[in-house]
Amino acid sequence: MNIAKYNFAYLDEQTKRMIRRAILKGIAVPGYQVPFASREMPMPYGWGTGGVQVTASIIGPSDVLKVIDQGADDTTNAVSIRAFFAKVAEVAVTTHTEEATIIQTRHRIPEAKLTEGQVLVYQVPIPEPLRFLEPRETETRKMHALEEYGLMHVKLYEDIAKHGRIATTYAYPVKVEGRYVMDPSPTPKFDNPKMHMSEVLQLFGAGREKRIYAVPPHTQVVSLDFEDHPFEIQHFEEPCALCGATGVYLDEVILDDKGGHMFVCSDTDNCEDRREHGHRGKLAGHALEAAE
Amino acid sequence: MDTTIEGGFADLVLGAQSVFRAVMEALARPGSVQSIASDAAPPAPLTPELGAVALTLCDHDTLVWLDPVLAANEAVVAWLAFHCGAPLTSDIGAAAFALVSDVTLLPRIDAFGQGTDEYPDRSTTVVLAVGSAAKPVTLKGPGIKDQFSTQLPLPDGDFIEQWAENRARFPRGVDLLLVRAGTVVGLPRTTRISEA
Amino acid sequence: MYVAVKGGEAAIANAHRLLADRRRGDRSVPALRLDQIIEQLGLAVDRTMGEGSLYDRELAALAILQSRGDLIEAIFLVRAYRTTLPRFGYSKPIDTAAMKIERRVSATFKDLPGGQLLGPTFDYTHRLLDPSIAEGAAVDEATARASADEPAPRVTDLLDHQGLIEPDVSEVQDEIGDLTREPLEFPLNRDRRLQALARGDEGFLLALGYSTQRGYGRSHPFVGEIRIGEVEVELDIPELGFAVNLGRIRVTECQMVNKFKGNAKVPPQFTRGYGLVFGQAERKAMAMSLVDRSLRAAELGEDVNHPAQDEEFVISHSDNVQSTGFVEHLKLPHYVDFQGELGLLREMRAEHDVADDAEAYPEAAE
Repeated sequence: MNIAKYNFAYLDEQTKRMIRRAILKGIAVPGYQVPFASREMPMPYGWGTGGVQVTASIIGPSDVLKVIDQGADDTTNAVSIRAFFAKVAEVAVTTHTEEATIIQTRHRIPEAKLTEGQVLVYQVPIPEPLRFLEPRETETRKMHALEEYGLMHVKLYEDIAKHGRIATTYAYPVKVEGRYVMDPSPTPKFDNPKMHMSEVLQLFGAGREKRIYAVPPHTQVVSLDFEDHPFEIQHFEEPCALCGATGVYLDEVILDDKGGHMFVCSDTDNCEDRREHGHRGKLAGHALEAAE
Repeated sequence: MDTTIEGGFADLVLGAQSVFRAVMEALARPGSVQSIASDAAPPAPLTPELGAVALTLCDHDTLVWLDPVLAANEAVVAWLAFHCGAPLTSDIGAAAFALVSDVTLLPRIDAFGQGTDEYPDRSTTVVLAVGSAAKPVTLKGPGIKDQFSTQLPLPDGDFIEQWAENRARFPRGVDLLLVRAGTVVGLPRTTRISEA
Repeated sequence: MYVAVKGGEAAIANAHRLLADRRRGDRSVPALRLDQIIEQLGLAVDRTMGEGSLYDRELAALAILQSRGDLIEAIFLVRAYRTTLPRFGYSKPIDTAAMKIERRVSATFKDLPGGQLLGPTFDYTHRLLDPSIAEGAAVDEATARASADEPAPRVTDLLDHQGLIEPDVSEVQDEIGDLTREPLEFPLNRDRRLQALARGDEGFLLALGYSTQRGYGRSHPFVGEIRIGEVEVELDIPELGFAVNLGRIRVTECQMVNKFKGNAKVPPQFTRGYGLVFGQAERKAMAMSLVDRSLRAAELGEDVNHPAQDEEFVISHSDNVQSTGFVEHLKLPHYVDFQGELGLLREMRAEHDVADDAEAYPEAAE
């Protein structure tokens, strides 16, 4: 049995061309979901195959790749995807946001401001923001074509009527450049404002659902809301227990079975960087090394 | 030298990757000049930049339209057939890509495939070889912070009006790549152009 | 002090070592060889090839061994390999009428040209566990009928000659689509639908086919014919000007014949449901042909009311590599989304009962 060698970045060149064409169309029509012939990847559908295909199609030997899942570089799936590219594309990998040229993410946007020259690649499970209101692709496609987004507003308004607020905390729908309603992937709505007029190119890959979409740099990304119920992001009552950061997204960690808990940065790189620069939260102790 | 089999990327994989990144940046940041570091050497009048973009994006799955001069050139047609394998079409509206070797040969923008409201991606990407004569313009739209005043080698005549019509058809419409002298400039359908 | 969870990389490596260990099992038991799997677990190999969409027994056997016998995992391994293979061309349509038949049964005619041939079937076996197999008892050589040299035309062709069944291809297409190279666009043509069904999950299609029999989109099916055997695969080489024989593959074909009352345009006639699968996979081919017919409801002017008639529903959920991936992705961390929901729930509960706030949520007071 003679198993052939895999190509640079795993995908064959024909597949990369197909994905590259889709990426260019996505950039040209911000927020529109471009259908593409997604391939089976050596990791399961739903585990980032869309993001991996996008990254594999853009990455070159001079890139430096960062992969995060839930904001963290050391979550198992992020480790696995980073190791995959280090192996099949022999690229440099990093956990430092500012060193990366490509950042592949699941569910978060880094806290540090991203800069021109970086590309942010999102892993997307369900790219269709209207899917849970209308399960049929044939219908949602028409709704996008006709710019018929009333259903989404009705849903959000029903939230307000029922809960007194818009009860969507992640995958909060946005409108791109005043035209397409887009799913920002299941990032917390906390991150939505970072997508607006960003310095970086944002690419979105949904492998199982076979869609690619994009938001170019300096593009309007507006979270849907109502005049009397404006969009708001989450606020945390306390700072990160490790680095003392405020105004960042925090994960809750349960410490015991008596309701004891703490909040720590979801963005682990940002947290470590702050601690290296001497910032301390109330549970940080002194030695950063002890946490490695 | 056999002009048919020579002149492709020396490194197929990395050649295409680097040209793609330049094209991607060009469309993501309209008006910016991106360098195409490519060793593609197609037979004239197919320029090295047109050849590099074709090698990067065109293949069996893309219908390609050639301007009449390119289409009549056997060496060009044979080179594209050998290196890209892309089927050629004379139906301009059906083409995924159009390669145009001179601004005077550029058809009207609305003659190209515009896509549909349901599938605006099914439109033509026009790759146009331009000269050095540039005119001052101001660009606005996604990818551009505030506005961008620059010099672009755009076609003469009513091109800017045609482009405004193209913009008005959004999300349908044509995307344009201007190539010359080792560089590419992207004008996606979202870009508004006004004469400075 | 709090120590953050670290070491994902080491944890993954250790888990994979443990997996390899468990896969191998007790080292005093001889390791399985691929030829043993190919020879003795042939139907598992066939299913892996069929839903993996790659006709290669050795790779399928390797996938089964590597996946510890988890066939959906094996199918996934084969698919992820297949997708990297270069595409040289598309074969000519295989001719199942010229099949070297190993099994052929029809439920619609007692006898027919070419005859009925039971072949290697579980049908009519009594499902009694056989201890002699466990004891490794010798197995007699089989006596197979000297291969049917008599031509065995397809039952549907026989009906077609009499004009009693719809023609073989009702919608003539210039170009056959390729599900694996182009994005799906609903509604599908039948070519792509059949491609999706051929690689679709056997269990899912079986359940859907069964549902049509129980009244959820009844289609009055008869097994016109099931045939299993080898067919030649030929590739047209334009440079040579003729087709080259690439070899033989075993396939299972099922032609379901369905009652149809006709409508204003079409006289009453039988209609077809079609199933074709790599290897010996009779249950899958039958289920596929039931679902194929059922998905033609709209085309034939029938009401579309039931799950098995709903193309978007069926095709979007028939691929087990897709469905297993997305179901299993729920294992991945969702801390960030969950945190958002936790925060929202706390806010809403706080508002719900302001008075109890301090007691119910002591952390808010910290």
